[in-house]
Amino acid sequence: MSWISGVGLTPFGKHAGRSALDLMSEAASAALEDAGLERNDIDGLICGYATTMPHLMLSTVFAEHFGLRPRYAHAIQLGGATGFAMAMAAHLVAESRAARHILVVAGENRLTGQSRDNAIQTLAQVGHPDYEVPLGATIPAYYGLVASRYMHEHGVSERDLAQLAVLMRAHAQTHPGAQFRSPIDVDAVLASRPIASPLKLLDCCPVSDGGAAFVISRESVSGHGVRIRGAAQAHTHQHVSAAPSLTEFGAGMSCADALHSANVRLEDIDYAAIYDSFTITLTILLEEIGLAPRGQAGALAAAGHFSSSGKLPLNTHGGLLSYGHCGVGGAMAHLVEAHLQLTRRGGDRQAGAPSMALLHGDGGVLSSHVSMVLEAV
Amino acid sequence: MQPEMTADQRAGSWVDGDRAIVYQRCGVCENIWYFHRAFCPNCGDGDPGTFTASGNGCVYATSMVHRAPSDALRRHAPYLIVMVDADEGFRLMAHGDPSLAIGDRVRARFIEFGGKIIPRFGKPDG
Repeated sequence: MSWISGVGLTPFGKHAGRSALDLMSEAASAALEDAGLERNDIDGLICGYATTMPHLMLSTVFAEHFGLRPRYAHAIQLGGATGFAMAMAAHLVAESRAARHILVVAGENRLTGQSRDNAIQTLAQVGHPDYEVPLGATIPAYYGLVASRYMHEHGVSERDLAQLAVLMRAHAQTHPGAQFRSPIDVDAVLASRPIASPLKLLDCCPVSDGGAAFVISRESVSGHGVRIRGAAQAHTHQHVSAAPSLTEFGAGMSCADALHSANVRLEDIDYAAIYDSFTITLTILLEEIGLAPRGQAGALAAAGHFSSSGKLPLNTHGGLLSYGHCGVGGAMAHLVEAHLQLTRRGGDRQAGAPSMALLHGDGGVLSSHVSMVLEAV
Repeated sequence: MQPEMTADQRAGSWVDGDRAIVYQRCGVCENIWYFHRAFCPNCGDGDPGTFTASGNGCVYATSMVHRAPSDALRRHAPYLIVMVDADEGFRLMAHGDPSLAIGDRVRARFIEFGGKIIPRFGKPDG
C-alpha cells in the first residue's frame, strides 16, 4: 500500500525563458508544500525525461539542483506512459520499503525551448527509424492511421471524435492553469486545419511548457492523502507497423489487471483520468477499457456522461487536449487533478464526491499502457 | 512478378535503397514478420529466411499527412501514408495514391521521397 501525500502542478502554456529544471523545481516545491514535507524528508526520487534537456542521469541532476540527497533515485522513459509508470514505480518502491517519501517530478519547456519542427521530429522518433520515419510519418500520422481503421471497424465519425475535444475544452474553461480556455464547438473542430487525416488541429493536443510533481509515501502523512490501491502495465509493441491490431490494444488488459490488483470492479469507478493525446486516443481507451461501449464515447460525451456533473467525470482539468501537454508532466496533470477531486479540493471544478478513480496512460502509438486505481480514504 | 527467393540470401530491401519489399519467415515456427532481424522474434530460431514480397496486398489503414515534419518534405505534402496487409501475411507502412481507401487491392511500385527510395501503393491496374 502507498499514499499520494501531496501534488503540485504549474500552469501549462508558454513559460518563456524557463528551463526544464526550473519547471521541475516549481512543481516539486508545490508538491512538497502540499504534502507538508521538507526537502530532507524526501529519500526517494523518480524523474521522467525532457526532450529539451537530454541527460543520462536526470534524476541526480535534479536532486543536486533542487537540493535532495535521496537513498533511491532514477529516471524513467516510457513516452506518454511515463507519468503513470513513475507513479507505479514509486508505489512499488514505497511498498518495498526502499524509501519512505518518493518525490515524482517532471517538467519541460517543450514549447518555447525548441522550434516546432524540432519538437515534431523528436516525437516522430517513436516511429521506426528505417521502416517508418523515412516515409515522412509523424505522430499525428501514426494516430491518423489508427483512427482510420478504428473508425472503419466501429462506425465512429469525425463528429464523434470532435465531441471529446469539445468536452476537454469545456473542462479547461474552469481551470485557470489551462493552456486553451476559449470555448469551441463541434463545427470548430471539424473546420480546424487538417494535420493528418482524419485528425485536425483541434483533435490534437498542443505542445506546452509545464511541470508536475507528487509525493508518494509509505504511510499517510497529510490530511488529504489518497491511497494507491493497485497498478498494472501492458506492453504489446513499439511501432505501429508491428502492432498486433489497430483496433485492440493493451489498454483493456492493463486496466483489468490494475482493477484486479486493487480488488475493485469497473462499476465502482466514479472518476476517470484517461490519456488524451488525440481525440482518437481518448475514444479508443475509453471504449477498450469498457467505460464506453464501442463506438459510443463521443455520444456519451455529448450527453454529459463525462462532464463534472455527469455519471463519470473525466479529465476535469481539460486533459492534454486543452490543459496542455508538456511531455512527461502531461499525464501527471491527470493524476494531480484526480487527487484534487478525490480529496474534494477541486473548487469550482469539484465533480461531486468521487471515491475511486481509474487512471490510464499510453505511450508510443498505444504501445505501452499503465493503469492505476486511486481511492479516497 | 518476382517469386520468393531462397533463404540465406538477404534480398535487397527499399530500406537499403533497392526497389523491393522484403520480409522474413521462420522455418521452425512459420512466424512471418517485416522488420529485419537475425533471429525469429517468436521462437528465437537463428536462421530465418528472407524473401522478396510480391508487392500485392490490401489497404488496412490510411492517413493523409498535411503537416510534414521538415522543410525538406514540406513540398511533398499532402501525401498519403498507408498500412497494407501484404498477401504474404505481414503488414507494412508505405505511401499510397491519394484516392486509396481501406479494403482496396493494391500493388507496390517505388518512388523517390526525401532522397530515399520508398514503396508507394496504387490500384493494380492504375
